[in-house]
Amino acid sequence: MLVSLYRYNPETDNAPYMQDVEVEVPEGKDLMVLDVLNLIKERDPSMAYRRSCREGVCGSDGMNMNGKNGLACITPMSEVVKDNKLVLRPLPGLPVIRDLVVDMSLFYKQYEKVMPYLLNDNPAPAIERYQSPEDREKLDGLYECILCACCSTACPSFWWNPEKFIGPAGLLQAYRFLADSRDTAQAERLANLDDPFSVFRCRGIMNCVSVCPKGLNPTRAIGHIRNLLLQRAT
Amino acid sequence: MVNSVDSVTNLGRSGVFDWMIQRVTAYVLALYTIFLFGFMLTSDVNYETWSGLFDQTWFRIFTLLALLSIGAHAWVGLWTVTTDYIKATLPRFLVQALCGLTMFVYVVWGIQILWGL
Repeated sequence: MLVSLYRYNPETDNAPYMQDVEVEVPEGKDLMVLDVLNLIKERDPSMAYRRSCREGVCGSDGMNMNGKNGLACITPMSEVVKDNKLVLRPLPGLPVIRDLVVDMSLFYKQYEKVMPYLLNDNPAPAIERYQSPEDREKLDGLYECILCACCSTACPSFWWNPEKFIGPAGLLQAYRFLADSRDTAQAERLANLDDPFSVFRCRGIMNCVSVCPKGLNPTRAIGHIRNLLLQRAT
Repeated sequence: MVNSVDSVTNLGRSGVFDWMIQRVTAYVLALYTIFLFGFMLTSDVNYETWSGLFDQTWFRIFTLLALLSIGAHAWVGLWTVTTDYIKATLPRFLVQALCGLTMFVYVVWGIQILWGL
């Protein structure tokens, strides 16, 4: 099978290039894309990519496989390979450090902006802050995000304005804390989001929903944030 | 900690205000379009019926509302497009100024046509 790899080593290459590699895939096995990358790395140790848990939990190996972002470790070859060919590129829109490794600084900067931690100005209780099962349920579909950046780097609004638009991953987490019954900083959080870029640059393209390897729906969360901003302002 | 993004060239100065303007004006424009299509389908469109329609004050007001709506709607939309695709400040500002001027001309010209000043 032919695998076309995006290669770039800033120390030796003037520009990125695509390298075609022929890979012997074992018969009768549906390997994951990460397994194929590991086979390639055995032959060519200079190939760089991030990986860790190899089971879709750590979010390290987000990459663009035949045009669609996803996690290499949980994407079976049968799902992405077309005409016996696989094209692997780094996540689009972020600066490339080397080969499939991107610089996620902008992504994390946007994540940091939404204050992704519980803010509560009440005195801490002796044991823990209670939450009813119903309130806890509101966090389902939000807290599961592993910050792999597949969604934000598939979003054209994030490509054009990565310094100003928070992006689907950050906004999903923004809503995760807006929806948390134990958080007391909702007003402050909303005030930080009410500008023309942070939330409203989302044009409902929904690439984020289509690529999320955890099956989450950032567009819906952004809709909830918009409704909260609307309620606050009308 | 203040994390919000500043902007001075968008219409409403706030994201939620721009969003609201775009939705409300979209409804006005949709209503106006549906009305005009309905009028053209149900009545014989000639000089008399057309000028008869535009002679009525309520329709002139409705048309002015549609004109203002298209101005505001287009401003929010084109502001978004220019901030997405034109990265250099001066060309972006010039294109935005040109859009603003065009909309202003259309609105004033529209008023002149409607009231025949």
